Amino acid sequence: MKTDHLIDMLSTNIEPVKDSGRLKIAFGVALIVGGAASFCVMLATVGLRTAAGGGFHPSFLVLKLLFMLVLIVGGTALLARLIRPGQDAHRLYRAIFLPVLVLGVAGVIALAREPTWAACKRMVLGTEWATCAFCIPLFAIIPFVALIWALRQGAPTNLTRTGAIAGLVAGALGAAAYAFHCPDDSLPFIAIWYGAMVMFCAWIGARLGPWLLRW
Amino acid sequence: MDVPSSEPELRALMTAGLVGDAIAYKMLLERLSSQLRAYFKGQLNRLNRGPVEAEDLVQEVLIAIHTRRHTYDRSQLFTPWVYAIARYKFVDYLRRTKQSIEDLPIEETEEINVRDDGAPVESSLDLERLMTSLPLRMRQAIQAVKLDGLSVREASEQCGMSESNVKVSVHRGLKALALQIRKKGRNDED
Repeated sequence: MKTDHLIDMLSTNIEPVKDSGRLKIAFGVALIVGGAASFCVMLATVGLRTAAGGGFHPSFLVLKLLFMLVLIVGGTALLARLIRPGQDAHRLYRAIFLPVLVLGVAGVIALAREPTWAACKRMVLGTEWATCAFCIPLFAIIPFVALIWALRQGAPTNLTRTGAIAGLVAGALGAAAYAFHCPDDSLPFIAIWYGAMVMFCAWIGARLGPWLLRW
Repeated sequence: MDVPSSEPELRALMTAGLVGDAIAYKMLLERLSSQLRAYFKGQLNRLNRGPVEAEDLVQEVLIAIHTRRHTYDRSQLFTPWVYAIARYKFVDYLRRTKQSIEDLPIEETEEINVRDDGAPVESSLDLERLMTSLPLRMRQAIQAVKLDGLSVREASEQCGMSESNVKVSVHRGLKALALQIRKKGRNDED
């Protein structure tokens, strides 16, 4: 095929393009649908926190949700750049992992102030660490699929990095849903289990990115 | 990266193309195709690979630019956007044609280089054959709107589809064509 022929074909009857509206809508849909689905999966499996699990503690729930909200907002802002070729996002990429680090340090400080080993162990393992470790990636599956769908409408050129951030945002959505069940209220618990599981989701996303996002 | 002197002009053409100026858009693609040809020839030459492959890449990138043009942010520079796509497609191309790098004997490529006099070459892509792999409606829509140059309304009457269906079919059809081209590298090895 001659290139001139292709150019003729591509430039014949072109449609005007609205300024990036399509991408914003796709992201909005992915976040809302993914988040809602994640919450429903939580309700259907482990359910809301019961009175037996310690009842409702707004302060820790707010802390967990705030932590995840920072990751979701930061990650989405980064994704919006990653799907546009040629936009530099190196600095932001590292900054997005900062909240996890901050929480980790806060967790260590909280542990250091505990007098006994047994108290530390109770703080770290809580009552349902295994449920937490299992549920966050599980709740992240639907948001991840939704985000991949949205990202495929863009043009990501660094697929590993884009996949990692998609995994991070999906993990954060999953963790936010799990927070409504989570009966464990301690900083070290949030730092270790929430932080680690969100990072695990980011790692999975980085591995899957090159397969799922290729175009 | 260094911004070439062609940036303001290319950006103006792109901006005009995005609001539907077909003449500006055609000029843009012509200008880009010669820049991209020089870029890919230079890159491929170092790997002892010929001008036909460069032309394949030029065409693949032109289609990518077209089908992903909504990802260009009008407030940003245009050249980095184009080259990020070109680099991405180049790396992707090398990855999927890895086999043929090792298979290519050096003597043969020298011969190709000697014969490369800069004249326009045809790519190895066969549009008609690629078109046959598309679903019927997409093929009809592309044939009518993009090859025969009918308006969307005329095409919708001819194909018996609604106007918005024609637009969607053209858009999806071009994306499907891009996918076929990408897969071609793998099929050739079979």
